[in-house]
Amino acid sequence: MDLLNLFIKATFIENMALAFFLGMCSFLAVSKKVDTAFGLGVAVIFVLGITTPLNNLIYTYLLEEGALGWLLGEEKAAGVNLEFLTFIAFIATIAAMVQIVEMAIDKFSPALYGSLGVFLPLIAVNCAILGGSLFMVQREYNLVESTVFGIGAGTGFALAIVALAAIREKMKYSNVPHGLRGLGITFITTGLMAMGFMIFGGIQL
Amino acid sequence: MKKETKDILIGPIYPKNPITLQVLGICSALAVTTQLQPALVMSAALTFVLVGSNVTISLVRNKIPGSIRVITQLTIIASLVILADQVMKAYLFEVSKQLTVFVGLIITNCIVMGRAEAFAMANPPAKAALDGLGNSIGYAAILIIVGFFRELIGSGKLLGHVVLPSVNNGGWYYPNGLLVLSPGAFFIIGLIIWAQRVYSKELVEEN
Repeated sequence: MDLLNLFIKATFIENMALAFFLGMCSFLAVSKKVDTAFGLGVAVIFVLGITTPLNNLIYTYLLEEGALGWLLGEEKAAGVNLEFLTFIAFIATIAAMVQIVEMAIDKFSPALYGSLGVFLPLIAVNCAILGGSLFMVQREYNLVESTVFGIGAGTGFALAIVALAAIREKMKYSNVPHGLRGLGITFITTGLMAMGFMIFGGIQL
Repeated sequence: MKKETKDILIGPIYPKNPITLQVLGICSALAVTTQLQPALVMSAALTFVLVGSNVTISLVRNKIPGSIRVITQLTIIASLVILADQVMKAYLFEVSKQLTVFVGLIITNCIVMGRAEAFAMANPPAKAALDGLGNSIGYAAILIIVGFFRELIGSGKLLGHVVLPSVNNGGWYYPNGLLVLSPGAFFIIGLIIWAQRVYSKELVEEN
């Protein structure tokens, strides 16, 4: 039940894009068509679901204060704190993981690669991915929790970007004030969506 | 100042602003602007990282193999961000707690990557430094405008000082809570973009 709660929270209440503004660059840039938005959404779920637990392992067994106990013995490791390397370790893991995932998809499922391929390299520098890992450290999730959190946060992002793309497709037929066309109205729409998502606030399962 | 230098330095402030025109670095622009102080600190951190990374990448630009250039750039940027983060934890602990993960997220801030890729990889260090500075100022300007309005209207304060005494404290001002929440940030940036495009008509986008 706790895990379900965590999933709902990561997807709706603390939506990556709408509540924490993460992954905004691709959120605004790749939301012109529903198809491409969906592709990016799936890729984000995929990569977040893999990198968050992986970074959790790296953090607990390599970086945290005293985490090297299994390697050096408890006493020696007690004073070793590699936390300052967190950023560089996480971003390297994410970049490497994205590369590996890209190659694996290319090998095993060319059809999926065709639809996701272009988005995967872009994702390495998507702040939602690094943000997911950093939130995981800050909120002290364990391995299972971070997997659920990763997938939940990815789902929330996918949901938001598909919804925005659908609105923008419809908006082609509306008469938007000149200066507001394009980027401006997209911001206002996203703001209204964020307001809509706020109704989920406070839901507990 | 020569025209070219001026273009590199002033261009990104207006009209080629990284946030309102290039659509880069939006995440942090929205997230850290509930108050003015974190917005200022964030701008300073970004200036340091952006100028540093632009100069460093420009210095080694001829030695970076094309196939691994993204990861090389990321490593350089991440090292600079670690530096900024450690300094902030040491001297500005309160603010750095307020900024939570967003200092770390400078690594994936599209402005830094974007400028590295688009400018520093193709230009000598001095120009790259100017470009970094110009873009940071453009970023900071938007952050300060957004932070100013969100703190003033949202809680009636500026930099923590009471400007409009709120009803709760015996004043007359009813704070507009919407601006402190996430939708307010989107609205303000949307309105800034609108204002910019009404002023310079050539920036208006096709639908």
